[in-house]
Amino acid sequence: MTQRARNWLLIAPAGAWLIVMLVLPLSVVFIFSFGERAPAGGYVPAFTFEQYANLPARFTAFKNTLILAPLGTLAALLIAYPLAYQLAVRTSERWKTLLLVLVIVPFWTSILIRSYAWIFLLGGGGIPALLDMFGIENVRLIYTPFAVLIGIVYGYLPLMVFPIYVALERLDKRLLEASADLGAHPMTTFFSVTLPMSISGIATGCMLVFILLMGEFLIPALLGGGKVFFVGNALVDLFLQSRNWAFGSAVAMMLIIIMLVTVTFYMRLISRLNIQRDDAPLM
Amino acid sequence: MRFYALFVYIFLYTPIAIIALFSFSAGRSASQFEGFSIKWYGRALNNPFVMDALGNSIFVAFVSATLASILGTLAAVGLQGIRGPVRAFFDALIYVAIMIPGIVIGIATLIALVTVFGVVNPWLAGLYQDAASAPKLSMGMGSLIAAHTMFTLALVVIIVRARLAVLESSLSEASADLYATPFGTFRQITLPLIAPAILAGFLLSFTFSFDDFIIAFFVAGSETTLPIYIFSSIRRGITPEVNAIGTMVMVASLLLLIIAQLILRRGNATKR
Repeated sequence: MTQRARNWLLIAPAGAWLIVMLVLPLSVVFIFSFGERAPAGGYVPAFTFEQYANLPARFTAFKNTLILAPLGTLAALLIAYPLAYQLAVRTSERWKTLLLVLVIVPFWTSILIRSYAWIFLLGGGGIPALLDMFGIENVRLIYTPFAVLIGIVYGYLPLMVFPIYVALERLDKRLLEASADLGAHPMTTFFSVTLPMSISGIATGCMLVFILLMGEFLIPALLGGGKVFFVGNALVDLFLQSRNWAFGSAVAMMLIIIMLVTVTFYMRLISRLNIQRDDAPLM
Repeated sequence: MRFYALFVYIFLYTPIAIIALFSFSAGRSASQFEGFSIKWYGRALNNPFVMDALGNSIFVAFVSATLASILGTLAAVGLQGIRGPVRAFFDALIYVAIMIPGIVIGIATLIALVTVFGVVNPWLAGLYQDAASAPKLSMGMGSLIAAHTMFTLALVVIIVRARLAVLESSLSEASADLYATPFGTFRQITLPLIAPAILAGFLLSFTFSFDDFIIAFFVAGSETTLPIYIFSSIRRGITPEVNAIGTMVMVASLLLLIIAQLILRRGNATKR
């Protein structure tokens, strides 16, 4: 057997699996998005753009997703960065690994269980009852956009901390000392040395979190209580409740298109930032 | 800065601690602690629905992680020697598998398989004399394993390929120079070196499959996995029993993580 044939044989099972379980299903979604709903639910073959024209009916779901996914990503970044900085730059070698593991461990446990914990904390008997003791009455937290945002930050914080930590850890600490020795204010050092050098970590973290948030279902389902819903919640409703496969497929196609466009745009932006950095003297 | 870090750790661990705490509550209420008791653990472990769901989850996670590790490793090794359009196509498949949200994978698999089964089942029935005894394909454990394997196989390819990329090619060249067969080189040189990566891929796949709710929600048919059971229990209202299940799941995944670390560390130690 030639080497070439052997390599082909090695990738054939995985390739076939991906074609049957990924390419075929996605093609079905593409085809169904041009079809019509059967009276009893399901799909009738057709070629119409009716489903796409009907997309504004789910405008709120798209609007919520496109506001809360970037906002959640930003909030996670703002909370994760100082922590990653503290761990990578300011913590002794002895404690570093342990403290990083402690950030990552929650991510390895079910996001379902971690999200529903917040039903407790944000519900009547939790934080609102606590605020009540301090005289702040009738605070409603659960089933609000704020609750969903908390769930997002909580769920995805480890995923944001890790890549930023890796980028900051690789940063040569002597650069920071050099900057300080040359009389730079700590803020100046941060904005002209630390931040630019960790941009790759920020980019990776934001992209991972954003991609996962675009398809989020559990957090809005548990903490948004039907009031704050994402495209993911609309999809569950369309496929499992109203069984409108054709329209559901069009919604799914739209979600994929929005993701592809934003991610492509975002990658362009990041690579441009990186090129600018490479041009800068001394770096 | 230190206080900030402390605050974030409190934020990360308070919800987990609260679940664990209330799982030991004696009362029925999920928001008021009424004395220490482990009765909800007993209740959960004696609940046939919970045990059934747990068994399904472990079975699906084990089979799909095993399949993904084997197929993914073979593909990663094969891809080393492949260039050109086939390589580009395979890379694109992996990229799409990772990028597409789980929920879209779930609905796509559901409608594709239901449609395919709708065509295949009457044909299968036609092959049999007695239509009632003909096998009938339907959504269930098989479709769930197939969907999980698809996604986790992409993960394994990425992890194993990263490991293969940093291996010295001089080792396998030396082995070939010494007249080892390609399979012998693979078994005695490459495989031991990439074993930690394969194990890491297996554990990541197992955890993904075990924790996955959204794909299973669409693809599992009438079967129940543990996340599906927990989700529908929460819908009916949180009880200390759900907290007890949640606590046990968290402790189990933590143990798995520690065992994995120990195995990986030992693997690294013997090599030196």
